Amino acid sequence: MLISSRILTRLSILPLLAMLGGCDIVLLNPAGDIALQQRNLIYTAVGLMLLIVVPVLIMTLVIAWKYREGNSKAEYDPDFHHSTKIEIVVWGAPIAIILALGTVTWIATHKLDPKQPLTRIDAATPLPADVKPLEIEVVALDWKWLFLYPQQGFATVNEVAAPVNVPIRFKITGTTAMNSFFVPALAGQIYAMPGMQSELNAIVNREGVFKGMSANVSGAGFSHMNFKFHGLSQQGFEEWVAKAKAGTDTLDRAKFLELAKPTEKEPVRTFASADPALFDAVVNRCVEEDKICMRDIMHIDMLGGGGKAGIDKEQALRMGLCTPSAPYGSAFYSPIREDVTKNEEKQAG
Amino acid sequence: MSSIPETTTFLFGRLSLDSLPLHEPVVVATFCGVALGGIVLVAALTYFRLWGYLWNEWFTSIDHKKIGIMYIILAIIMLFRGFADAVMMRIQQVWASTGAEGYLNSHHYDQVYTAHGVIMIFFVAMPLVTGLMNFVVPLQIGARDVAFPFLNNFSFWMTAGGVVLTMISLFVGEFARTGWLAYPPLSGIEYSPGVGVDYYIWGLQVAGVGTLLSGVNLLVTIVKMRAPGMTLMKMPVFTWTALCTNILIVAVFPVLTATLALLALDRYAGTNFFTSDLGGNPMMYVNLIWIWGHPEVYILILPAFGVFSEIVATFSRKRLFGYVTMVWATAVITLLSYLVWLHHFFTMGSGASVNTFFGITTMIISVPTGVKIFNWLFTMYKGRIKFDVPMLWTMGFLITFTIGGMTGVLMSVPPADFVLHNSLFLIAHFHNVIIGGVVFGMLAGIVYWFPKAFGYRLDPFWGKMSFWFWFIGFYFAFMPLYVLGLMGVTRRLSQFEADSTLTVLFGVAAFGVVLIAIGIGCFVLQLIVSYLKRDQLRDETGDPWNGRTLEWSTSSPPPDYNFAFTPVVHDLDAWWDMKTRGYKRPLAGFRPIHMPKNTGAGIILAGLSTACAFGLIWHMWWLAIGGLAATIAAAIVHTFNYNRDYYIPAETVASTEEARTEALAKQA
Repeated sequence: MLISSRILTRLSILPLLAMLGGCDIVLLNPAGDIALQQRNLIYTAVGLMLLIVVPVLIMTLVIAWKYREGNSKAEYDPDFHHSTKIEIVVWGAPIAIILALGTVTWIATHKLDPKQPLTRIDAATPLPADVKPLEIEVVALDWKWLFLYPQQGFATVNEVAAPVNVPIRFKITGTTAMNSFFVPALAGQIYAMPGMQSELNAIVNREGVFKGMSANVSGAGFSHMNFKFHGLSQQGFEEWVAKAKAGTDTLDRAKFLELAKPTEKEPVRTFASADPALFDAVVNRCVEEDKICMRDIMHIDMLGGGGKAGIDKEQALRMGLCTPSAPYGSAFYSPIREDVTKNEEKQAG
Repeated sequence: MSSIPETTTFLFGRLSLDSLPLHEPVVVATFCGVALGGIVLVAALTYFRLWGYLWNEWFTSIDHKKIGIMYIILAIIMLFRGFADAVMMRIQQVWASTGAEGYLNSHHYDQVYTAHGVIMIFFVAMPLVTGLMNFVVPLQIGARDVAFPFLNNFSFWMTAGGVVLTMISLFVGEFARTGWLAYPPLSGIEYSPGVGVDYYIWGLQVAGVGTLLSGVNLLVTIVKMRAPGMTLMKMPVFTWTALCTNILIVAVFPVLTATLALLALDRYAGTNFFTSDLGGNPMMYVNLIWIWGHPEVYILILPAFGVFSEIVATFSRKRLFGYVTMVWATAVITLLSYLVWLHHFFTMGSGASVNTFFGITTMIISVPTGVKIFNWLFTMYKGRIKFDVPMLWTMGFLITFTIGGMTGVLMSVPPADFVLHNSLFLIAHFHNVIIGGVVFGMLAGIVYWFPKAFGYRLDPFWGKMSFWFWFIGFYFAFMPLYVLGLMGVTRRLSQFEADSTLTVLFGVAAFGVVLIAIGIGCFVLQLIVSYLKRDQLRDETGDPWNGRTLEWSTSSPPPDYNFAFTPVVHDLDAWWDMKTRGYKRPLAGFRPIHMPKNTGAGIILAGLSTACAFGLIWHMWWLAIGGLAATIAAAIVHTFNYNRDYYIPAETVASTEEARTEALAKQA
């Protein structure tokens, strides 16, 4: 069924492609295997639906023409308002299509889940077992993109590159509004949200420069929140890395806070080195030294919450620590949790 | 640029002279135009001494027919505003795609697309749907009015209050710059400190009260006030769709109200429901707003389906094919519309299983929808189809909606949505279904029921012109957007890198907008020409289309009491059944008819609520508190108004019916 629908798809999409041949339809001609599979899925889905849409459109025109008032030759049967056979067909046909499309959807959604590590380089090449994905940490700022390369230890703004045929693992977060990280030629988009970490696994199979952008409105400078994604040869990538690391600029927390201030049309720039803990601090919203990381707040809250004492960072952190006298962390024994503690004691006693 | 004054005053809150957008020439020019038009209108109304007439006959009217008409007039006025926004955006896109900055900066452009979305959904589509239901439903079920006539008037004025706030934002302060659903954190106080989001929140809260109450009202009307014999399965399909739509309204509008209330608390009281810090979660807002937002699109489309069902049967001169199936399909869509909201944000990072679930529930909706399309086709099959203007709209709908439905199902496949989401492909899709479905449906409904409301038909020539310009214009305006989406162009951009392909495609789309503008112009001309030619177009029978449902059994326009005697229903298509059985109008035995009395309470309450909202927006606390207190006081005072009903004397009924008998005799 899948194969036949695929053939149908190709046939049905041909005229459309011919018509649009002139312009750069990136979604139909992507550079990465994930985006290519997404495109093929679009073809399959459209093909399956055309199986029913084309007959409906033809029926609409034919019936309208044939039973027009002026055509006295056509049969007129004002009492024809029920037919079990037709009912079965009109329910059955869409259900059949949706069963097929639903199956395709179930398989494809699991296979193309952005969190899923890649298993192949392209349709013909499975991924060798020893290949480690290139890690890129992405931070959406007002209104620019920061890319951190933890394995290489440097960072760039509004420009990102990867070697062809190497899996890339993007870890994505943001600082202010919701953005959406989107390189149409590479793979589908995923939201970049403050305090959240989303993930996208992708691969680029062809060298070239591709457009990247924020696809979700995030305020005044949003229209210019674009970047270039470079698909490079292995050597080209190494050169690009070397060039980036040759500078003197370093990205520490203070620099990051400076960078995070709202700017528009930020030019491309590089940081030869970057604080390796920075991305984690951004996700946990504690780049500023005086802020408690979300991770720690959640930990303390899980223990029962620190109450008013938890407002002070030092004290709060101490409450989450496990010590010999307070094996679950002192927050666990805080007044808020008194009832629980008593229960525990009762059980112990 | 942004209008955050450093100081607030007791009297004016945040409002100062700086809040007026005097530095934006486009806005100033618009304001001058609107002000001039307003002065002329007010002067004309005063000169012709129409204020009293408007107040007594319309503004304070609790007649469902007049309220329905007022809703539709409101929608048409707002259509001009929403459409003007669309034109501005398209010009900016064509301009900016050459690499130029264009004439709208992001501060202005972001307001324009936000206002366009909010106005088109809340203040065009919703009033059209509510207005049509208000006018048609009681007539279709043989009732004399809705269940709560005063509430109906109040609901209308609350909707109008929302409109007033949105319109004021154009000239005093600013509107939201967040997109029509105002996702936080962007819409939070930290990133949108101005009054824009507050206008958005309170405009929708005020209008939302109206929508919810009108939903309750129509729901009760349909459940409790059907003519004897009209069991649920003998109800006209339009009434069925109205029933389902109002169930949806009652179920989901409180979600919108609650969500916006939480957002308001974040903005006013410093809570952290949707902030990124202190345990807040913006993703919760996105879920909540779409739990309202997805059923909302079915709230809009179901009545349009009902309109097409009535039109197809009438103009094919055949009973609707598969009535029972049609009802079940409507019910299934109603239920399923609650189970699909997450498909609006597959890309927010849910797991594959969650995305699959919502993808598949979404595509399941296409089954009952597809069944409906087949049923309309089989109604036409073996019919005698008369291609009057309403039927033309129906044909346009069948073709356009099928295509729009297909692109919608395509986007319900999560991995496909990952590349199509937030792109112009998405924009093309929802305009494809909203224009092709809701707008075509409502325009068809207006042409279809216009003779019932005013006693004369609309001029068919201008109607056809309007249809063809709309129909062809739609394809020019939105097909390029599908292509642009596939080219990876995303939505809400005011600036582009220079690209001649983009300019060409946006240019074609702009040409489409011109065609649609001509279509709207023809629609207005149709109204004017028909009014001038009303004597030629007059319909004395009350049944100009050889209709099938009860509204066509009474005169056009119907008398205040709709039906001198409540009809008794024996079959589906009650009026058709009556006609085939040789029904004779009763000519004697009239009795006094109990009717509700007009009241100004609705407009007063809504006015006070709107003032309260304005106070909240500008932090004029005296006005907010005073407005709220006055609203409550006025509501309590209204409960002591015992002078709220009257009897139409039997003689008046008799003479009205006598006049109709004469008119019918003359016709014969």
